[in-house]
Amino acid sequence: MATPTLSKTDKMEEAAAASPYITVTFRIRRFNPEISDEAQWQDFQIEIDPKERVLDGLHKIKWDLDGTLTFRRSCAHGICGSDAMRINGKNRLACKTLIKDINPEKPITVEAIKGLTVMKDLVVDMEPFFQAYRDVMPFLVTKGNEPTRERLQSAEDRERFDDTTKCILCAACTSSCPVFWNDGQYFGPAAIVNAHRFIFDSRDEAGEQRLEILNDKDGVWRCRTTFNCTDACPRGIEVTKAIQEVKRALITRRFCPLRGRRYEGPAPECVFRGGALARSGEHAPSVIADRRRSPLHAGRAGRARRRMGGGTRPGFAVERSSA
Amino acid sequence: MKIHKYDTVIVGAGGAGMRAAIESTKRSRTAVLTKLYPTRSHTGAAQGGMAAALANVEEDNWEWHTFDTVKGGDYLVDQDAAEILAKEAIDAVLDLEKMGLPFNRTPDGTIDQRRFGGHSRNHGEAPVRRSCYAADRTGHMILQTLYQNCVKEGVEFFNEFYVLDQLLVEEDGVKKSAGVVAYELATGEIHVFQAKSVIYASGGTGKFFKVTSNAHTLTGDGQAACYRRGLPLEDMEFFQFHPTGIWRMGILLTEGARGEGGILRNKDGERFMEKYAPVMKDLASRDVVSRSIYTEIREGRGCGPAGDHVYLDLTHLPPEQLDAKLPDITEFARTYLGIEPYTDPIPIQPTAHYAMGGIPTNVEGEVLADNTTVVPGLYAAGEVACVSVHGANRLGTNSLLDINVFGKRSGIAAAKYAQENDYVELPENPAQQVVDLVEHLRNSTGKERVADLRLELQETMDACVMVFRTEQTIKTAVEKIAELRERYKNVSVQDKGKRFNTDLLEAIELGNLLDLAEVMAVSALARKESRGGHYREDYPNRDDVNFMRHTMAYREVGADGSDSVRLDYKPVVTTRYQPMERKY
Ligand SMILES: Cc1cc2nc3c(=O)[nH]c(=O)nc-3n(C[C@H](O)[C@H](O)[C@H](O)COP(=O)(O)OP(=O)(O)OC[C@H]3O[C@@H](n4cnc5c(N)ncnc54)[C@H](O)[C@@H]3O)c2cc1C
Ligand code: SF4
Ligand code: FES
Repeated sequence: MATPTLSKTDKMEEAAAASPYITVTFRIRRFNPEISDEAQWQDFQIEIDPKERVLDGLHKIKWDLDGTLTFRRSCAHGICGSDAMRINGKNRLACKTLIKDINPEKPITVEAIKGLTVMKDLVVDMEPFFQAYRDVMPFLVTKGNEPTRERLQSAEDRERFDDTTKCILCAACTSSCPVFWNDGQYFGPAAIVNAHRFIFDSRDEAGEQRLEILNDKDGVWRCRTTFNCTDACPRGIEVTKAIQEVKRALITRRFCPLRGRRYEGPAPECVFRGGALARSGEHAPSVIADRRRSPLHAGRAGRARRRMGGGTRPGFAVERSSA
Repeated sequence: MKIHKYDTVIVGAGGAGMRAAIESTKRSRTAVLTKLYPTRSHTGAAQGGMAAALANVEEDNWEWHTFDTVKGGDYLVDQDAAEILAKEAIDAVLDLEKMGLPFNRTPDGTIDQRRFGGHSRNHGEAPVRRSCYAADRTGHMILQTLYQNCVKEGVEFFNEFYVLDQLLVEEDGVKKSAGVVAYELATGEIHVFQAKSVIYASGGTGKFFKVTSNAHTLTGDGQAACYRRGLPLEDMEFFQFHPTGIWRMGILLTEGARGEGGILRNKDGERFMEKYAPVMKDLASRDVVSRSIYTEIREGRGCGPAGDHVYLDLTHLPPEQLDAKLPDITEFARTYLGIEPYTDPIPIQPTAHYAMGGIPTNVEGEVLADNTTVVPGLYAAGEVACVSVHGANRLGTNSLLDINVFGKRSGIAAAKYAQENDYVELPENPAQQVVDLVEHLRNSTGKERVADLRLELQETMDACVMVFRTEQTIKTAVEKIAELRERYKNVSVQDKGKRFNTDLLEAIELGNLLDLAEVMAVSALARKESRGGHYREDYPNRDDVNFMRHTMAYREVGADGSDSVRLDYKPVVTTRYQPMERKY
């Protein structure tokens, strides 16, 4: 390539060099139980380059105007999953949302994600979210002797679960789900995404157990395919499709003679909203309600207790965090 | 104040901390204290890959890898440690695969490997495929896989606990570790963790620069806690500036992009690396590439209206290849710059990336109190530590390797120590220093603001101790840092509450950055030579006669309570390779 085509880059550079600051209003839902039990909206006006991130705006407010504004953040480029929040009514990462992409002419509303207890301003209690994750056995399970070298996996088998390996556990999906809002016992999309990552990994041998966990009344069948999760996911994961694939695996499994073994059925295809699978999926709980419960169901009880402030299932990581 | 008792306490839940935890939890009662939820750690941001001479795609062996590491580090590497790193790399990668890490695969189903800067076949003959990777989110996969295995092993985490002090107690004339003091973000409560062994795995300190690939939370808390208690910091003047950060933002675009065939160009479209590194070209060592970029910029061949950056050109690569191998970084270009990498070059500039220096340790991860004496019960691993496998300049993909190899080693060693030894008695009022610090900041009515001081610090560091340094610029930095440290005494915070007081913690983090910036600048001033990441325009050559040695910086407290940095030096361990001129 002798002379690179620079047109688009050129334009971007010129625009960036010009740095046209604009005045933007951030309307933030504040909550600090040390001061008041009531949450309230507060407006802040700042000067900002529209090509900056919402996170930059929050920093400007915290650093220049009001040090008490509280939010989590770390990487600032969409990789660590710290800063999922509701921005103009939609779940997004503040560090991946540019001001110019969300109409800066009107006040930008920012509030904590829904369905998890707000601790202060934009900070929520993440514990129930991580507990649901831990409950789906989010780790590779294999049997028999370990090979000396790596396990072999074909590029196609690796590709099969690529999408769901991208998850950064930001909770944007789970906290955008109306089913989760109404009933915090639902595992939620993120936990299912992480179960999917292992169920469809050709090296794993506990697919059956995970499917059993997700067959629970608080499992995949609660999903109403509203697609909020897919829209919310900052990593572009096809969350609803993953949930559908797990449902489909559960249905296929009923006819699968290899019960107790890894799921080895055909790779399920995505069935979209309103499709046959979605409907049959919704009816499935009654069909399989009397299935023998696996010992792992104890885990669900553990989770319920945990949410009421009780203990956790032995053998699983204990997280001592907030509250 | 609460007191906890554990056999082993690990500070940090990034790659190094969790790799250590998986080992130590099996052997001793372990608590992991982390200021972030484990999966938020910056290991997750690593993109390119992890080096190991698996020889899955072409001939390779660990001896070549050792040589590249030593040469890459400009011979300041301790060669015994580099040898362990390269040898144990193979098992480190295989361990991760067995834990479930979804590496990219070759057509045979083995782990795929690609090229990376500074890694060569047969001592510099040609680039070699040594980096094991998972698309351009290798670090993400490592962090997730290690967390998954911590869940499996039942590792006990204390999330959002900030460790702010290291307890050292003298017993029989020997300084020993007694535990740590931590601040709980959710409640503001102070906790003392008494432990037989403590492992620091708290990561880097890049936030004292403005343009950096590092997270907001990388503020060198572990280094600062040890340094303030009189322990040395090694080679702090060596900081790596990665050639390809997104212009102005510093967000990293992996070297894997050049490994896949990406080319650096100046405003004339010229592939300028051919001039500076005829063999390795765009894949020369990072310090070499970063300096070449700045030389182009200084000589007026930079791009854009201000001529302050160059281009990373991926436009000649097939879109399918970009989608398969570099999906995340191409998305960064789209999200943050609005540029389509299929058709347009990406504006980049060097970005502050990695701390080669840190808490000195031996190859078991044991922390050193001076050149030879070990601090019983104290360990460090990962970016916070200095073993030293990276010397004056770390090779790409060697840090993800470092955190796994030395994370595992320190986890095993610390648990063993805990099994064989008793608790050291806690000092009286163990939490006093932290209580005083927190109370001082909360009650201060001073007029200085954290954000102002931090910005001034960052701008000073970018201007004075980045890719090019001189006596003059470093002195300016030393003076400015002294002024900022003075002003820091009058810093106050607005948030006076107990709950999730991140305002207070940012102030504490700034204090750490200021102390470490001082150590860095003072160490850099004394090193009158150029080596790896430390480039002195006034001393452009490497000086093996006077400076083939590690810097050891100590905090000295005067009778009036004022403190200063005292420098000492430690010999480099040389086994096989005698220093040679470094050419790429
Ligand atoms: C953008 C980017 C890309 C990179 N790409 C590569 C690559 O491709 N290959 C490679 O080999 N290397 C790469 N590196 C370097 C490598 O990723 C890091 O050096 C390495 O991951 C550091 O791991 P760590 O475990 O030491 O620290 P981190 O992962 O940073 O973890 C630090 C941990 O310490 C905790 N912590 C910090 N302070 C405290 C405190 N006061 N109290 C309690 N806990 C605390 C944090 O919560 C966190 O859990 C990259 C680095 C960056 C920034
Ligand atoms: S699936 Fe997407 S939205 Fe949900 S937690 Fe993972 S990354 Fe976040
Ligand atoms: S700050 Fe890490 S994802 Fe936004």
